Amino acid sequence: MAEPALSIRGLTKVYGNGFNALKGIDLDVAEGDFFALLGPNGAGKSTTLGIVSSLVQKTAGSVSVFGIDIDRDFAKAKYHLGVVPQEFNFNQFEKVEDIVLTQAGYYGMPMREAKPRAEQLLRDLGLWDKRKGSARMLSGGMKRRLMIARALIHRPRLLILDEPTAGVDIELRRSMWEFMQRINREGTTIILTTHYLEEAESLCRNIAIINHGDIVQNTSVRDLLAQLNTETFLLDLARPVETAPELEGFSVERVDATQLALSVARGQRLNDAFAQFSAQGFEIVSMRNRANRLEEMFVSMVEHANAESGRSTDKVEVRS
Amino acid sequence: MNAWQTWIALWTLVTKEVRRYMRIWPQTLLPPSITMTMYFIIFGNLIGSRIGPMDDIPYIDYIVPGLIMMAVITNSYSNVASSFFSNKFQRSVEEMMVSPMPNWVILAGFVVGGASRGLAVGLIVTVVSMFFTDLSIHHPWVTIGVVIMTALLFSIGGFINALVAHKFDDISIVPIFVLTPLTYLGGVFYSINMLPNFWQGVSMVNPILYMVNAFRYGILGVSDIPVGGALVAIAVFIVVFFALGLWMLDRGKGIRS
Repeated sequence: MAEPALSIRGLTKVYGNGFNALKGIDLDVAEGDFFALLGPNGAGKSTTLGIVSSLVQKTAGSVSVFGIDIDRDFAKAKYHLGVVPQEFNFNQFEKVEDIVLTQAGYYGMPMREAKPRAEQLLRDLGLWDKRKGSARMLSGGMKRRLMIARALIHRPRLLILDEPTAGVDIELRRSMWEFMQRINREGTTIILTTHYLEEAESLCRNIAIINHGDIVQNTSVRDLLAQLNTETFLLDLARPVETAPELEGFSVERVDATQLALSVARGQRLNDAFAQFSAQGFEIVSMRNRANRLEEMFVSMVEHANAESGRSTDKVEVRS
Repeated sequence: MNAWQTWIALWTLVTKEVRRYMRIWPQTLLPPSITMTMYFIIFGNLIGSRIGPMDDIPYIDYIVPGLIMMAVITNSYSNVASSFFSNKFQRSVEEMMVSPMPNWVILAGFVVGGASRGLAVGLIVTVVSMFFTDLSIHHPWVTIGVVIMTALLFSIGGFINALVAHKFDDISIVPIFVLTPLTYLGGVFYSINMLPNFWQGVSMVNPILYMVNAFRYGILGVSDIPVGGALVAIAVFIVVFFALGLWMLDRGKGIRS
């Protein structure tokens, strides 16, 4: 059986101020997977990835990358890792091309090998025309793509993306998704953290949700969504209404004069709701999910976990 | 990493450091040459002619080795301190930390890069001094050995300073309050033989005195202290400080949470 791309056992991190960021988590990511690590701010996602990429020192536990224990041979494990952090972490005054080539040098890549590889990546990520310019002149989205190019220069087998599309416009985000899906199809295992749950739902096959330093869910996206009990749809009406209609078996709220929110439980049929709307003379012109399905699941899970542990329910941050 | 990959990583880091200070040469290479020109004009030509010879050597000739060494010390130290701290501040140090590059290569890369700036500035000051006096080097190997070792030692010092620094102020404290006084009191402008016995004894605990005098011995053939002992002391300091810097890096002091 192939070694997992990433295997974590009993990973614990207690910071110097006593904050227990990770409470002995276990996690496996299979080779070739597109894996999402989700959680609210401060849940422990970046700490986990920081330990895997050597930026944070663990307190206890073990981490293996393709079977290589980082305590035994971290240098060897690092050859398999590419890391795209949340914050920009390159010298803003250096040239775009130099940033990528310097990183190749840190991995011991000869220039004759690094140059064509850098050209290919910069072209793929739409940065080739900017290669001679200073990195500080790039837009936010370009800077994120530069970090992806830098992380891929040494052909890692496992790419860690910590909120890679934060602050990136929709068009650019979609082009980055296509790029990530392509390299995943070509064999690179990807671990992604994101607050855009639509991103996790459409890209990832497996998912772990971390909250207050514990893994509260670790399953496939499909299985997770199957647990979703209720979906809420926003219905746009042809004519304004004063009050929400009463539908048998369904919950309907009036959002504003021309919009209603319809909650549909698992097992219920939308047709039944629409039949009742028609019978009461409501004309519906369009419909969409109020929130992304994974988002609903994520919020309910985190709130459920908080309630079980007796914590106050934090506001869970999601972006869609 | 095999030996060839390690060499590529080290070369990459050194060239990156050299590229950095060459890119900002008006801040890194030009100011020391202007400052030292002022020293030569004021202390060498204008005041020096009234001071008379020091250890039977014309005063301007006497101060040249000390001024070169002063430039080497301050530039080696400040280059690494500011460059590595900037890497910490901008978090670009993470580029190195996530790579398989061994910590000794990171330390050596910054140290060699910083020493190269110290030596480049030392060379510029030497060229400037030739406009004011005729230099002839009595012991070339001692001169070269001392200046290289001094540049390496203070580069390591700058690296350790940057590792423990939390803000930019922290990397200016040592150069202002430690290096500059020790350099001025290290026999750059005078022979310690001029001092009363007590202050001669105090001066002997100043490590920069040994470097300045060993370098002066290399150029002028005169020294206040035994040169062999000075060379050994500098070499020991290099080994001890390099080991300390590496120990701190291995434990992630100042760079890992």
